[in-house]
Amino acid sequence: MAIQQISLFLENRTGQLAEITNLLAQNDVDLRALSIAETSDYGIARIIADDADKATRILLDAGHILSKNPVQVIATADRTGGLAPILTVMAENHIAIEYMYSLFTHKGGNAYMVFRVSEEEKFISLMKKIGVTVVDAEMLGIR
Amino acid sequence: MAKYYQPEIETASREQILAWQNERLVAQVQYVWDNVPYYRKKMEEKGVTPADVQGVDDLYKLPLLSKDDLREAYPYGLLGAPLKDCVRIQSTSGTTGKRVVAFYTQEDVALWEDCCARAIVAAGGTEEDVCQVAYGYGLFTGGPGLNGGSHKVGCLTLPLSSGNTDRQLQFMVDLGATILCCTPSYAAYLAESIHERGLRDQIKLKAGIFGAEAWSEAMRREIEESLGIKAYDIYGLTETSGPGVAFECEAQAGMHINEDHFIAEIIDPVTEEVLPEGAKGELVFTAITKKGFPLLRYRTRDICVLSREKCPCGRTHVKMSKPMGRSDDMLIVKGVNVFPSQIEAVLLEQGYPANYQIVVDRVNHSDTLEIMVEMTPELFTDSLAKITEMEKNLVSALKAMLGIYAKVRLVAPKSITRSEGKAVRIIDKRKI
Repeated sequence: MAIQQISLFLENRTGQLAEITNLLAQNDVDLRALSIAETSDYGIARIIADDADKATRILLDAGHILSKNPVQVIATADRTGGLAPILTVMAENHIAIEYMYSLFTHKGGNAYMVFRVSEEEKFISLMKKIGVTVVDAEMLGIR
Repeated sequence: MAKYYQPEIETASREQILAWQNERLVAQVQYVWDNVPYYRKKMEEKGVTPADVQGVDDLYKLPLLSKDDLREAYPYGLLGAPLKDCVRIQSTSGTTGKRVVAFYTQEDVALWEDCCARAIVAAGGTEEDVCQVAYGYGLFTGGPGLNGGSHKVGCLTLPLSSGNTDRQLQFMVDLGATILCCTPSYAAYLAESIHERGLRDQIKLKAGIFGAEAWSEAMRREIEESLGIKAYDIYGLTETSGPGVAFECEAQAGMHINEDHFIAEIIDPVTEEVLPEGAKGELVFTAITKKGFPLLRYRTRDICVLSREKCPCGRTHVKMSKPMGRSDDMLIVKGVNVFPSQIEAVLLEQGYPANYQIVVDRVNHSDTLEIMVEMTPELFTDSLAKITEMEKNLVSALKAMLGIYAKVRLVAPKSITRSEGKAVRIIDKRKI
């Protein structure tokens, strides 16, 4: 079950990120993940919030440009060597990763990794096969 | 050393110049009536026939021509001579995508080159000189114009075209260039490069002929001091053949307009009324000798003042001041005409909204052009690669339209300042 990620257009201007995080905090939206991808001219901020619809509404009302995209989140043992085998298997099965980053959450000794992949179904069935949990919104306590 | 390239013409009496103008204008109006249906239609709409124009005093009766007419008539609508008699085109930017194309017969080219020769001789040029032409060659008139003028004077002509500073300086030093022709900002840049490389003592330059963009007296002094030369202004438009319509003499106080080839008027840009001598207004030219592209009453959009005050150089042709501004929103960036409407056309065609801002600056004597464009929800996508590609496509499309590189900066919506509901479109930070 995919998790909704919000991708936000970031102008290359000081204060943008402070503005955005303040806006969310003031409106009681909790951030679970924040990843910034940048070029020299602009950036994209990828956000996973505890309430995707609420966050979207608040950001749109404030005039931001964004899109909502589904991402896959997996839980992996939070120890050395927890991630490498997963990435190896993905490579062996030719699953292309568009981008990835981690969630702040740290429940039950697990690390949570966010993936955007081009072949979602293939990814999900592969994770199932190697016994990796693909986490859904409910499990993370978000919506 | 000859002081004038064509002394009988350049120092002719006012009566003689007027006699030439009257005779040639009458013939030209008939010529255009007979050969340029586009302009004939305009004359008919204004209720004017060739019989109504007996001389310069009747010039005001004729319809004005603007860049929009040229765009509408593109490409052959204002051609005056049969195609078989035309041997060249030169081209410059139009207000949107359509370029301005000027046509030249063999004789038109010769007359144009005479005008440029006059400019070179006025700057002290003779057949003993080595003339480095660092204006762009090709469709732009700068290179071809000064190249032809230099040949006519008999200088050793170095057709360097613009750019490639290493090569410019190599030839300048090795061949002992004595006259430099290029844009004033490139001259300033070359001057700096010369100093940086310690070449100042190896330079034999004595004069420069600079134009194609606005430049101040302060910039003139700077260039003169830096290179140890006298720096002369030159003016022209593709529509009036190119550079050489007007040129500075040793007095360096205004440019003599070649009145045997062009009749100059100053009009009020709004009411289109002809203004008296000495008044500031928009410069309008009527070509009375060229046949390939014979424009009557063409609005240059340059604001200046005309003066018939006696010039110490002895030339009797009217002088125009340096242009003091534009009556439209055209910019000159790196010597190239840029219209905001061109930029808007590209943005709309690429799927962007017309929410943009143009920022022009000058860094290290070189003009820079940056266009800030607002990102929209429709264009936004969750992929850096895709957005970067979009940006690249926009940069290419702009380069194809403008002829120069413009940096594109994507900005957040509504971040482009609006004053009184209207966006500020152009910010020119250059101190010329």
